[in-house]
Amino acid sequence: MSFDLSVILSYFPTLLLGAWLTVKLVIFSSIAGVCLAFPLGLGRSSPRLAVKALPWLFIFFFRGTPLLVQLFLVYYGLAQFDFVRTSILWPILRDPYWCALITMALNTGAYIAEILRGAIQAVPRGEIEAGISVGMSKSLVLRRIVLPRAIRIALPAYSNEVILMLKCSALASTITLLELTGTARTIIAKTYMPVEIFLVTGVFYLVISYCLVKIFQAAEWRLNRHRRANG
Amino acid sequence: MFMKTLAIAALAGLMAVGSAAAADKIRIGTEGAYPPFNQMDEKGNVVGFDIDIAKALCAEMKADCTIVTQDWDGIIPALMAKKFDAIIASMSITEERQKAVAFTDPYYSNKLQFIAPKTSNFDPAKLKGKALGAQRATIAGSWLEKNVKDADIKLYDTQENAYLDLSSGRLDAILADKFVNWDWLESDAGKNFEFKGQPVFDDDKIGIALRKGDDKLRLRLNEALKAIIANGTYKKINEKYFPFDIY
Amino acid sequence: MASDMNLHGFGPQLLAGAIVTLQLAMAALCVGLVLGILGALSKSSSVTPLRMLGNGYTTIIRGIPELLVVLVVYFGSSGALTAIAALFGHDAFVELDPFTAGTLALGLTFGAYATEVFRGALLTIPAGHIEAAQSLGLGRWRIFLRVILPQLWRIALPGLGNLFLVLLKDTSLISVIGLDELMRKSQIGTGFSKEPFTFFGVAALIYLGMTVITNGILILMERHANRGYRRAGT
Repeated sequence: MSFDLSVILSYFPTLLLGAWLTVKLVIFSSIAGVCLAFPLGLGRSSPRLAVKALPWLFIFFFRGTPLLVQLFLVYYGLAQFDFVRTSILWPILRDPYWCALITMALNTGAYIAEILRGAIQAVPRGEIEAGISVGMSKSLVLRRIVLPRAIRIALPAYSNEVILMLKCSALASTITLLELTGTARTIIAKTYMPVEIFLVTGVFYLVISYCLVKIFQAAEWRLNRHRRANG
Repeated sequence: MFMKTLAIAALAGLMAVGSAAAADKIRIGTEGAYPPFNQMDEKGNVVGFDIDIAKALCAEMKADCTIVTQDWDGIIPALMAKKFDAIIASMSITEERQKAVAFTDPYYSNKLQFIAPKTSNFDPAKLKGKALGAQRATIAGSWLEKNVKDADIKLYDTQENAYLDLSSGRLDAILADKFVNWDWLESDAGKNFEFKGQPVFDDDKIGIALRKGDDKLRLRLNEALKAIIANGTYKKINEKYFPFDIY
Repeated sequence: MASDMNLHGFGPQLLAGAIVTLQLAMAALCVGLVLGILGALSKSSSVTPLRMLGNGYTTIIRGIPELLVVLVVYFGSSGALTAIAALFGHDAFVELDPFTAGTLALGLTFGAYATEVFRGALLTIPAGHIEAAQSLGLGRWRIFLRVILPQLWRIALPGLGNLFLVLLKDTSLISVIGLDELMRKSQIGTGFSKEPFTFFGVAALIYLGMTVITNGILILMERHANRGYRRAGT
């Protein structure tokens, strides 16, 4: 098992491109997931069945099936149907990047919705009652008290979810996307040096996840600055 | 004392396993996702031209063969790790591969040719900006990467996935082995597609891959191959799959 | 849509794949539980190299994609193992078939996360219990089996249950290295029938079924483990 450093160095720029695509996938799917999670999570926590049913089903499906199956369903499965291929959505669904992004966003949206639901339910009742007693309307309580508090509670779990998305992005390589893992597999197919290339790829992922962890630690520090012991 | 006994027992077990391998058993690796050369039927068995050739060669060598499926990306590493002893999976003899493995004499010839929808005016001379598909780690994939600079090249884990995307319109064309394409064009799924232009690569020979240094097996396989060509078995297998001669 | 759900006779194949999925999950679970306990013990150990080993294990495995772990174990370990066998002066073929590679990879991943679950659970066991056992003269192994493990199990169960659900879904990754589990069987069926939506849809439903059943079993197990503990707030 010889360690051919020169081969690794020559492919470094290619891997860098792949890493950039990975980062884009993670950032955009996480943002889209959050946008999706708010209506989903709120709908899910509603006591009314008519409001609760669809979000519940959505969350049940996307949390209960593997991401790989979801990716294949969206990428290969939808393309099976003529009405999809002739619709206006086709230019988007044609592109593996968009298929991956959409699937990842739906998937993470379901998980974040559950995180949000748990966080909303963990908001101390006392704070909500205080808001009501001051005369705030329900929506104002939601906007000013529940949601900000819930976001603060949810942040650690959300940061976990984003790291998970980073790792899920590797699955996009199975639908021809040349993110980090896809790039690595293509290089290995040409050079037959799996161990060396995967080693470098692993390091890339560790670096990216380290950066993400640091970003979230900074965010938590800032959001909780009112709780920090003063000088 | 106990640990010593355990270690000796383990070693003895390992040796027993190893010596069993000395009997005339040959394991053959194939992919199983490359119709009509190797594919899975609905019962989960591997069938196809490659399989028939493998069985014929083994019968000729009077050896006991088992066929193992392996995904394409890992097939050469698996051979090198001794998961099987030979690869009969329509593998082209290329200089790059010959750095890693040894090949027998060729058992058929191949060309690379584009296929595209009948209604399209796809021209192999004008590839700029087109979406082209091929299977990863094949000579078609390498050809595209070496010769086509400004097109959207997509590489797939399996040939079948590439065909799915050609059918759905994600790809403008696929570059693949001519006979594999021919088989797909003959099927229901491929009836709206056709070959475009002349083959872009003409001189491809398909051989059986072996570990370097495994000369005994290589010579036996070469002998067996000559024999089945001479006695008409090869021709029979050829005719079962193709109305033309592919040797 | 029901009339389109013709599986072209491939139904039994899909079920066979589902069984392999379950077998893989159970095998990986065993490996993962052992690694998890070992990892938790080594991370809480006072021996620094051991602690560093535990930390290294969890940090690296939790920081890289499961798919990558699978690919590395598959491509890398057979080379390493063959080299080890050669040390015995022996030209043996060390079989790392997709099932074993998958079990190892998934077990490694499960173990890394389970380490954290066990570690958290270990911290909740009151030191007083261990001291009481020691004062009774119980040996270290006895203490572990009779005092620590039963309590560990109860506290760790929810976390481990979640990890198992993730494990079940991650078995789909082993299709990438060619194991004939549910996902791969669906792909074969698709190649056969050209109907990806049908086959992947049915696969999704089977995974959902497995998730629901596993959830049910987990709830029963949690109830059993928590028998005798009064719930807070009553």
